[in-house]
Amino acid sequence: MSVDAATVRRIAHLARIAVSEGEVPHLQGELNAMLAFVEQLSEVNVEGVEPMTSVTPMQMKKRQDVVDDGEIADDIVANAPATEGHFFLVPKVVE
Amino acid sequence: MTDLTSLTLAEARKGLADKTFTSLELTDAHLDAIEAARVLNAFVMETPDQARSMARAADEKIAKGDVGPLAGIPLGIKDLFATKGVRTTACSKILGNFVPTYESTVTSQLWRDGAVMLGKLNNDEFAMGSANETSCFGPVGNPWRREGSNTTLVPGGSSGGSASAVAALLCMGATATDTGGSIRQPAAFTATVGIKPTYGRCSRWGIVAFASSLDQAGPIARSVRDAAMLLRSMAGHDPKDTTSVDIAVPDYEAAIGKSVKGMKIGIPKEYRLDGMPAEIEKLWSEGAAWLKAAGAELVEVSLPHTKYALPAYYIVAPAEASSNLARYDGVRYGLREQGRNIIELYENTRAEGFGAEVRRRVMIGTYVLSAGYYDAYYLRAQKVRTLIKKDFEDCFAKGVDAILTPATPSAAFGIGEKGGTDPVEMYLNDIFTVTVNMAGLPGIAVPAGKDRQGLPLGLQLIGRPFDEETLFSLGEVIEQAAGRFTPTRWW
Repeated sequence: MSVDAATVRRIAHLARIAVSEGEVPHLQGELNAMLAFVEQLSEVNVEGVEPMTSVTPMQMKKRQDVVDDGEIADDIVANAPATEGHFFLVPKVVE
Repeated sequence: MTDLTSLTLAEARKGLADKTFTSLELTDAHLDAIEAARVLNAFVMETPDQARSMARAADEKIAKGDVGPLAGIPLGIKDLFATKGVRTTACSKILGNFVPTYESTVTSQLWRDGAVMLGKLNNDEFAMGSANETSCFGPVGNPWRREGSNTTLVPGGSSGGSASAVAALLCMGATATDTGGSIRQPAAFTATVGIKPTYGRCSRWGIVAFASSLDQAGPIARSVRDAAMLLRSMAGHDPKDTTSVDIAVPDYEAAIGKSVKGMKIGIPKEYRLDGMPAEIEKLWSEGAAWLKAAGAELVEVSLPHTKYALPAYYIVAPAEASSNLARYDGVRYGLREQGRNIIELYENTRAEGFGAEVRRRVMIGTYVLSAGYYDAYYLRAQKVRTLIKKDFEDCFAKGVDAILTPATPSAAFGIGEKGGTDPVEMYLNDIFTVTVNMAGLPGIAVPAGKDRQGLPLGLQLIGRPFDEETLFSLGEVIEQAAGRFTPTRWW
């Protein structure tokens, strides 16, 4: 399978990465090189094979459903590019 | 007194315990070496004040006889590990001047055991690369050069800064991470020892995530014994990482020097690639002969799905990366590029903040997870991954203790020499290492010789799950036979 220019633009939008028109052909070539490389997987017989979900067979760990961390709002916003008090600032989302 | 930077970690530990020198002296010697080696670009941030204060604290403890396993030992930390109060960027513009308010579990354990932080080490952006050329801080130089040549070579990647710094004697050991070969390939390129432990051995908490089902931390060190010492401190159960395994961490150092007599070593026929350089073939046979001479038994084994590991990896890893890197949105931390609305803010921030390789992988990952393609790509790759793991299980079920392979298909290459037109050319570097991540197994790279041009080459040993000890025992046999390799200083 290979991707066309329209698909490259669609993927870029899904990935939330701005792509200029000039970059599309180049990206298309690179993505298609990767897709051509992974194409060989289609020759593997995977009938009846379970997809891997965990590389180490282990019981899912569980913990008590209690608050065990928190009260660190200062820390949470410490690295944010724009804040007001303990809030992250973003452009207007709801009109 | 001999130059303090030329000691192994084990030798330094003895010198500190015997009070031949202090941690402050040892730390200062390394800080001087770092300053004189800035041309290598191995460190992206030096923390001399913190290093000296940690060294003084270690000296006080040593004076009181309170000696932790790594007391007073100066280390370098890959910039993928969150360090409290010290800028952590994953060498990406998108993290900007991110200063963590917390410490990664692995580094906190190193400090618990008395180690000293010299600074943060360069790596490929988000650990995506095999040459340390995708870092936003620029490429790292390999201390090794071809005989009679002035060309600067890559140290491998993604833990290129770690490997370069350890090989150039700028730190006594370094933390590193390995998603497809990022510890073992740079170790092989720089004649250092690197081990990727079993998935679940080291906590991933506080390490910038690339592909969560593949990422593991491990050390790069000057000797097999040094690597064993470092891994013991780095490993261990952490309730904050649900994939961290709750089993006791053995004293890895005790495995050094243990007899390997009667061990069964598998030589996988599928690793004998067409067009493999004769030097790599020769190195591989030599390694096998050394293990045989030490009493191990060699058997040919088959890992039939080997050739599919790299293509499956280039679906699974980008898919997980596209999901993990969704958090870089210009809102909560790091870079922000303005937009007319929130979507544009995201898009502009991520276009500006991610480098070319990261953009490419996030996009391919987004594609293989998108509606209509998930089954054809992602689900199929996860099934192939099951088959790759089964190959190893079948092999170990036949009584094989470890598997011997070359670490890389070539020695180090020049900056800008590979992957310029076709990204896949660069990806092929990880052909021998990536299977190990796909199967979650431990793997160690040990320096084993040099090529015709005088560049180091390494061998890889792959072990059973949670049997790093056997790798240390066998690795040391190779180290003893091959000897240690140090680059001639040119920087």
